[in-house]
Parts: sequence; structure tokens; C-alpha cells
Amino acid sequence: MLHTVNKSPFQTRNLESCLRHALPGSAVLLIEDGVYAALQDTPFADMVRKSMEQVRFYVLGPDLEARGMDPSKVIDGIEVVDYGGFVDLTVEYGTVQSWL
Amino acid sequence: MSEVTGGVEVEEEIGGTVKKFMFVNRKAPYGTIYALEGLEVVLISAAFDQDVSLVFLDDGVYQLKKGQHTKAVDMKNFSPTYRALEGYDIDKLYVEKESLEERGLTADDLVVDVEVLTAEEIAKLMAEQDVVLSF
Repeated sequence: MLHTVNKSPFQTRNLESCLRHALPGSAVLLIEDGVYAALQDTPFADMVRKSMEQVRFYVLGPDLEARGMDPSKVIDGIEVVDYGGFVDLTVEYGTVQSWL
Repeated sequence: MSEVTGGVEVEEEIGGTVKKFMFVNRKAPYGTIYALEGLEVVLISAAFDQDVSLVFLDDGVYQLKKGQHTKAVDMKNFSPTYRALEGYDIDKLYVEKESLEERGLTADDLVVDVEVLTAEEIAKLMAEQDVVLSF
């Protein structure tokens, strides 16, 4: 299962809800304003790092770039993907749940 | 023959493929249109004889709160519609325990009979679905 989060963690608790429902072996893809959760040095980084023990994390590169965020500032272990990678993830993980 | 509906292929023949559809409701009613629109889609899905389940979590649990009176805000009170779902053979309604508890609610506060599940149980149910639609 692939979970997508498109809201800033500073604005909503969607990421938290998502992580509460992401089973081991599933994946989380951060897109749009959700990409802010992929960065080091936010109050949410520890929560993300802890989840990464059981769940794979991806972040959409074009959305990072659009917001002027440096991919090198992404938490270690989060993979930056492009739109093609996004498509591959939907195929690989099957069902998608969007935490809108 | 099949028709593409929101990216989801729905078989039209009788006895066609039955897929497991889950509708995830996470928004309070009235503040945004999500809850009402989600309910409309659920009712439409009933026409396709699919295996439909509804999940209410986060502020979505407020959709089912008893005693909604919307006259003064001039909006349609759609909460009675949840009670009509049974008539459309939609009877798998799940509410997340954690979301209810955080809001000081219990199953007795809700307009319909639901099954209260933990976040982990809902996560497992979600993982079994063919299609998950989020409102």
C-alpha cells in the first residue's frame, strides 16, 4: 500500500494520521506541501525517522524544487523521486490512500 | 464493456468483477463540502454492486454525531442519510476508536450502528482493499 501526504505537517495532522495507519512494508510518498515533512531540522523529523524503521519514505523532487527546498537537506534514507518514480511507486505498491 | 469512472474500471455486466472499495472519511461535516460529496459518491457506488466499506476517522467521526440541526446555518442536514445506507446494502461502517476517544465521543453518540476498530485494525482493513477513495 502507498500512502500519499500532500499537506504541510505544520498545518494539519494528516502526516500523523497517515503514520498511524501505515503498516510495516508499506510506503509513504510526500508530495506538494507534504514535502516539508521530508526535511531535516523540523519538529517532525524524529517522528518520520522513527517510522522509517518500518515504512519506506519517498519525496517528490519537483515539489521540493518548486518550493526552493534543497534535496540534500532531506532526511537521510528518504528517497527523492520524479514523476516517473511516482508512477512506479503506484504500480509497485498497488492501492493508494491519499491523506488529503 | 467497461466504463472508466474516476480512474477506476467498473465492470458493467451482471456478475462482473466485484472489487473491494473503501471510502475513508476524515473531514467534519458542513465546514467543507468533502463529507457531503463523499456520501454522494458512496450512494452512487451502491448502484454498481461492489463490496463497499466506509471508514470514519479523525474529524470524520463528527459526520456521524447525533443531534445535528442545520436550519440556522441554512445547510442540508445530511446525517440521516447514513441511516439509509443499510437500505442500499452498505452496512460495513467502521469508526476509529482513537479518533472517537480524542473527541470525547462513544459509539452511543453516533446516528448509526458502527463497528469501532483500532487504528491498527483499520490499517489492516485498508491494506486489503482494491480501491481506497479519500474524502
